[in-house]
Amino acid sequence: MSETHPAGVPSTAELFLRFTQVGASGFGGVMPWARRMLVEERRWLSDEEFSEALSLCQILPGPNIVNMAVCVGTRFRGARGAAAAFLGLLGAPFAIILVLGALFTQYGELPAVAAAFRGISAAAAGLIVAMGLKMAASRRLRSPMAAFALAAFVGIALVRLPLGVFLLVAAPASIAAAAWRSR
Amino acid sequence: MSEALAQLAIDFSLLSLITFGGVITVLPEMHRTVVEVHGWMSGAEFAQLFALAQASPGPNILVVSLIGWKVAGLAGAVVATGAVCAPSSILTYAVSTIWQRFRGARWRNVVEDGLVPVTVGLMLAGGYLITLAADHSALAFVITAATAAIVLATRIHPLWLLAAGGLLGIAGWV
Repeated sequence: MSETHPAGVPSTAELFLRFTQVGASGFGGVMPWARRMLVEERRWLSDEEFSEALSLCQILPGPNIVNMAVCVGTRFRGARGAAAAFLGLLGAPFAIILVLGALFTQYGELPAVAAAFRGISAAAAGLIVAMGLKMAASRRLRSPMAAFALAAFVGIALVRLPLGVFLLVAAPASIAAAAWRSR
Repeated sequence: MSEALAQLAIDFSLLSLITFGGVITVLPEMHRTVVEVHGWMSGAEFAQLFALAQASPGPNILVVSLIGWKVAGLAGAVVATGAVCAPSSILTYAVSTIWQRFRGARWRNVVEDGLVPVTVGLMLAGGYLITLAADHSALAFVITAATAAIVLATRIHPLWLLAAGGLLGIAGWV
């Protein structure tokens, strides 16, 4: 598997800057914006590499998107890169949310604002659906292994199993199946 | 005040290590700690803060910044945010470093071959659940579906789609 970076290796400052943009534009879910930046705009990661990194971030504890920033930062620039991506991702949103919190306490809920957010949330949900569908085009899903994607969807979305419990069973089973297939 | 800060640091560090996926997965546990165990705020206030975090740009985990701010001001916000992010981030840094060392190793490929399908299933499940949570009218479902279709078919910047959703909302149709 190739791990080339067509756009070269980003600097620490670039990591900080791009993750600041991702954090500040990520309404209703940040991961689609991170994927767009990493895979489509900057091309720091290929489609495959993004899915692989996200897999790692999902089996580790912590918010996926924060793990993703740390993981990408580490990959390109070690500890300094991880810190840059982490601070970039969280810095601006942290300041914004505290200002919004103060405004919210002051002015309460305006009906027009609430109405706008209903529409924004609906569109934001569409971004997440689209990202899932893009990832489903992965090479690794063109095999019987796709059954594990289906199992994850059914288990989490329909049966509503707790994620930790599901992963405890599904991750070892899926890895075992991959190992068996690669013999 | 400093007692509250210490409590925030302890509780949210523990939360950091049991968060899998996003904040949604630990919301029940967070609610239990903040509302039931410590009585820092009412259930309604907790729900309002979460809605605010969703409406604000950035990761929804930053609801803990608002909780910390409510409990102990700016220092509380900083401590709560650091506590919920630091333990898991340090672990991710350590694992990423080790993971890099085994690039190209056969077992690493096997692990990734196994995990990627599960990850894709989880993303699709997330999209499904968020759609159900966000959409309460027929037009909302249309907006979600149209947004997904446009993102897949074109290279338009997604902010335009969010803005369009917001305008339809203000028009009172959602």
